[in-house]
Amino acid sequence: MPRNRSVSAVPDATVSRARPQPFPSRNRSALRRRAIVGVLVLLSLILITVSFRSPATGAVHGIQTAGATVLRPFELGAERIAQPFRDVYGYFSGLVHAKRENARLRADLDRVRQQLIQNQNAQQDYSTLLGQLHYIDSPQFPRDYRPVNTRIIARAPSEFDQHVVIAAGSGNGITLDTPVVTQDGLVGRVTALSSNAAEVTLITDDESAVQARDLRSGAIGLVRHGQGQGQMILDRVGKESDVRSGDVIVTAGTQSKQYPSLFPRGIQIGQVVSVGQTDTAPYKAIQIQPYVNFASLDSVIALVTKKRIPVAP
Amino acid sequence: MISPADAAKAAGILFLAVIVQVSILDDVDILNGRPKLLLVTVVCVALLRGAIFGAVAGFIAGFIADTGTFTTLGFTSLLLTLAGYWTGRYGETTGRDRAHAPLLSVAVVTALYQFGALVLHFMLGEHAPARGVLLDGLVPTVVLNVLLTFPVYALLRRLLPPAEWGDRVREVRLLG
Repeated sequence: MPRNRSVSAVPDATVSRARPQPFPSRNRSALRRRAIVGVLVLLSLILITVSFRSPATGAVHGIQTAGATVLRPFELGAERIAQPFRDVYGYFSGLVHAKRENARLRADLDRVRQQLIQNQNAQQDYSTLLGQLHYIDSPQFPRDYRPVNTRIIARAPSEFDQHVVIAAGSGNGITLDTPVVTQDGLVGRVTALSSNAAEVTLITDDESAVQARDLRSGAIGLVRHGQGQGQMILDRVGKESDVRSGDVIVTAGTQSKQYPSLFPRGIQIGQVVSVGQTDTAPYKAIQIQPYVNFASLDSVIALVTKKRIPVAP
Repeated sequence: MISPADAAKAAGILFLAVIVQVSILDDVDILNGRPKLLLVTVVCVALLRGAIFGAVAGFIAGFIADTGTFTTLGFTSLLLTLAGYWTGRYGETTGRDRAHAPLLSVAVVTALYQFGALVLHFMLGEHAPARGVLLDGLVPTVVLNVLLTFPVYALLRRLLPPAEWGDRVREVRLLG
C-alpha cells in the first residue's frame, strides 16, 4: 500500500508531510461489505413484510409455490432415504416402552370391548330412528369423505412453527381448509396449496382453534394450544359443564351459523388429563392430551369431501 | 476473490443441507434439542470464505428453506444472513487460524440464532415459547450443533480449502 509521505532531503528545508489519507482500499472493502449485508438484510425484511401481510396470495406466494414444486422431488428423495433409519429408531424406541404400554393397552381393550357392544346397540337404534324420521344430515366423517393418503415431505424449520408440508395438492382434490387426520385423530387443516404440495397447519399452532365436544357429556369448547410446548387445552367450557379426566374430546362440527367449523363432526382429538377451575376465571381449565403424536408424524390423510357442505342462508 | 468453482461447491452443499434439514432433521428431537445442520453449514462456509460470502450464502440458503416449508419468506434468510456475516467477520479477524473457531462460532451463533428467532416470532405476533426454546431446548441444541460441526467443518475444509495468506483480506493499518 503506498504511503503518503514526502520528505525533502535538503538541509534546513521545510519538511512537509502530507495530511494522512484514509486507507482507500480498506475503506472501499468495508463499505462494500456493509453495503452488501445491508442490502441482504433489507431484502429479508421486505420479504418478511410482504410475506407476512399476504401469506396465501400475491407474487411472493407464487414464488413460494413454484419453489416448493421444484424442491418437492428432492424432499421426497431425502424422505425415502431417511425412512429406513427412522423406522429402526422408532422400533428400538418403541421397545423401551413396550411392556408398560402393553399392560395399559390390555386394560384399554377390555374397556373398549364393553363399550363396543353398547355402541353397536346404540348404532342400531340410531339407524332405525334416522330411517323413521327421514333425517337429512350434513357430511359425516368418515363416510362422506374421500381419503387422500400422503406423506409428509417437509417440516417447519424451527420449533416455533407448527406446520408440515405434504406431498399432495390441488391436483389430488385438496382445497384450502381441507381437514387432515391420521388414524389416531385430528392433525390440522390445509392453509397453503400448490398443485402437488400443501401446507398443513397443525392444531397445535397458536392460530388454530377447533370446535370440540366432550363425547361423554356433550360439553362444547374450543381446542387450542396451551402454555407449554405440545400442550393443548379445551377452552370456553362453562363451569356448569360436566367434564372429567379421561373423557374423550372429538370435533364438534358446526355449532354456530356465523362461524362454521372447518372440521367434520366426530374426529377424535384427545383425552382430558386434568380439569380445574378457579373462582375468578369464567371457564374451566381443561388440559387435554392429543392422540396424535405430532413429533413423529410421517404420513397423514387429507379428507376430501364427497358431499356438499351445507351453507347457512 | 471467490472463484466460480467455490461458489458452485458451496451452492451444492448448502442446497443439500437445506433438503436434509427440512426433510429429515426438523423432525429430530433429542432431549428437546434440534440439530440445525443448515446453520452449522452456513457458519462453516462463512468461516472458510469470509463475511460477504457467508452473508450471501446465508441469505440464499434461508430463502430456499423458507420456500420449501411455506414459512414466512425472509425469516430464515434474515437470521442466516446475520449469522453468516458475523461468523465471516470473526473468521477474517479474531478467529483466523484458531482451531477452536468453528466450535466457538457454532455455539455462540446457535444461541444467538435461537434468541433472534424467538424475538422475531414474538415481534410477528406468532407463538414464541421462550421457556421451551431458551431453558429446555437451548443447551441440547447447542451441544447437537457443536457435535455436527466436527464432520461438517472437516468436509467443508476439504471441499473449500482455506484461502492462502495472499488471497486473504488485507486489513493491516500501517502506523507512523
